[in-house]
Amino acid sequence: MSRRIETLAARLGERFNETLVRADSSCGELTCELAASDLRSACIALRDEFGFELLMDVCGVDYLDYGATEWTSYRATETGFSRGVARREVAWASRPLEHPVPMESPMPDDLPSHHDKPRFAAVYHLLSIRHNYRLRLRAYCLDDEAPVLPSVVDIWSSADWFEREAFDLYGILFDGHPDLRRILTDYGFIGHPFRKDFPLIGNVEVRYDPERGRVIYQPVTIEPRTLVPKVIREDSRYEPAIEEPPAGA
Amino acid sequence: MPEIQNYTMNFGPQHPAAHGVLRLVLEMDGEMIVKADPHIGLLHRATEKLAESKPFNQTIGYMDRLDYVSMMCNEHAYVLAIEKLLDIRPPERAQYIRVMFDEITRILNHLMWLGAHGLDIGAMTVFLYCFREREDLMDCYEAVSGTRMHATYYRPGGVYRDLPEEMPRYQPSKLRSRKEVDRMNRSREGSLLDFIESFTDRFPARVDDYETLLTDNRIWKQRTVNIGVVSPERAMALGFSGPMLRGSGIEWDLRKKQPYEVYDRMDFDVPVGVHGDCYDRYLVRIEEMRQSNRIVRQCIDWLRAHSGPTMLDDHKVTPPARVDMKDDMESLIHHFKLYTEGYCVPEGEAYAAVEGPKGELGVYLISDGANKPYRVKVRAPGFAHLAAMNEMVQGHMLADVVAVIGTQDIVFGEIDR
Repeated sequence: MSRRIETLAARLGERFNETLVRADSSCGELTCELAASDLRSACIALRDEFGFELLMDVCGVDYLDYGATEWTSYRATETGFSRGVARREVAWASRPLEHPVPMESPMPDDLPSHHDKPRFAAVYHLLSIRHNYRLRLRAYCLDDEAPVLPSVVDIWSSADWFEREAFDLYGILFDGHPDLRRILTDYGFIGHPFRKDFPLIGNVEVRYDPERGRVIYQPVTIEPRTLVPKVIREDSRYEPAIEEPPAGA
Repeated sequence: MPEIQNYTMNFGPQHPAAHGVLRLVLEMDGEMIVKADPHIGLLHRATEKLAESKPFNQTIGYMDRLDYVSMMCNEHAYVLAIEKLLDIRPPERAQYIRVMFDEITRILNHLMWLGAHGLDIGAMTVFLYCFREREDLMDCYEAVSGTRMHATYYRPGGVYRDLPEEMPRYQPSKLRSRKEVDRMNRSREGSLLDFIESFTDRFPARVDDYETLLTDNRIWKQRTVNIGVVSPERAMALGFSGPMLRGSGIEWDLRKKQPYEVYDRMDFDVPVGVHGDCYDRYLVRIEEMRQSNRIVRQCIDWLRAHSGPTMLDDHKVTPPARVDMKDDMESLIHHFKLYTEGYCVPEGEAYAAVEGPKGELGVYLISDGANKPYRVKVRAPGFAHLAAMNEMVQGHMLADVVAVIGTQDIVFGEIDR
């Protein structure tokens, strides 16, 4: 399998030169990164010249907290770990919460994110039935505030709903999509729930109000909790092997 | 002459043929569909977001609840993705058990599909027959995992436990006499493998029964032949997979083309349709049940002849035996770390796909080196299929919408996630 992947990678390198950059990939899979402006031309070429007839998946990713941890043990060995989580400012709410949750300063020794590329990306999984191989493409959205990517709906029809989903959950705008509506969230939903700064418990909850005689939205009354903190352990088993210095050096 | 306008009709979300919570907004020209706009998300539970807040192993149970009629196949894709990143392979026996239960799951799913599809377009009897067979397979799930549906049986590094030596039996009660219970327990005297074997003995004849009811049935053919035709080119452009793709005549099965676990050692055929209509997809799925039956039999033969561990002996990932924890400090530490913090998965990304009963079920996993996944994306086959609904029903009658929903084998757990 890996030899075929290498052959494909070599052919892609020949055809696309600098446009398609091969990214580090593990597990015998081929990943390429490309600029948003090259996405459409590359996709057309991949479909027509390399036989990628199927677009299996489009996946939005938010790299905001990549590599960030919730807990490092140095401080907590003395103080213990608080399971309560500081709520972040709700971006959309202009009115104050009815039950404001006390803001806690985030743990000072949390590891910050070390991701140095743009925040949002879309990951495309392509499959060639004719040649029986897969390819993963990743395109970053240049603007973190208003992430935009060109749509590939006219290249693969299956992109239609996948792009709608990425728009709904991450707010990535797909330029040229014929019908970019929300798909999974409720009618009239505010915000993009899979962004890393969107709280897991949400911002609003629904209940029936007997006084007004209808269902109403209200700010959430539950508190966010971290049951298991996210930690990153340095594990020598997964470190890249260090080359032995040549004897006599 | 008054001007005749199209009108819009709302179908579902509380319609028995909507397979759960599908809301279809149909633009109709008389009895004919001009445009269908599925509104989904009524069952959205943000499984992928929940997964980001939990250690890897705690999400396996959520995977069962995605496509809740093919539970173990969902687990399989997720577990494979983790194993890919960790670079571990489960012991051989675990691989055979997984393949066997994948195929049992496929039969379970197709029986559910056949029953519901039949019921939707007017065949009551098939539904009852299918559920009779499903009951036996559910019992296999229960015997091996303790639950009839949401098994959480596959784990990174193997399966949770070995197959039981004894099959649970019925007890006599006010409602069931001793004699009746004895009759029901006849196939349950031996181990789980004996029970599954007796099932595989009688199952092909049962499939014949369904076929006598449907395959040459005039009404069945009128409702399915030439309905929802998809050309091979369109099937690929629309991202179809599984029986939907094979029904359109494309020979593509991950079990053959990109084999995982021990599928490369299995002897089975891949049925392919010709016309790409609902009837061909029906025939494909019926044949898949027979082929799954064959695979299950091969697994039984192998599992009888070979014993061995079903879980990897790597206690960084898999829990140590309960007995060892009593007098081995290291095991106790491993157990504690595993159940409080979980294990860290090396930084990277992996896409693992299995040939689920509905099509390619893929899990795309990004790890930043932590004990929780950074991003989990479930590529649900039904999502792509339902997206093609508009194209498949255009120009058909209202009643055919139900046939197309049935043939797509829609389950909202996986589409809405």
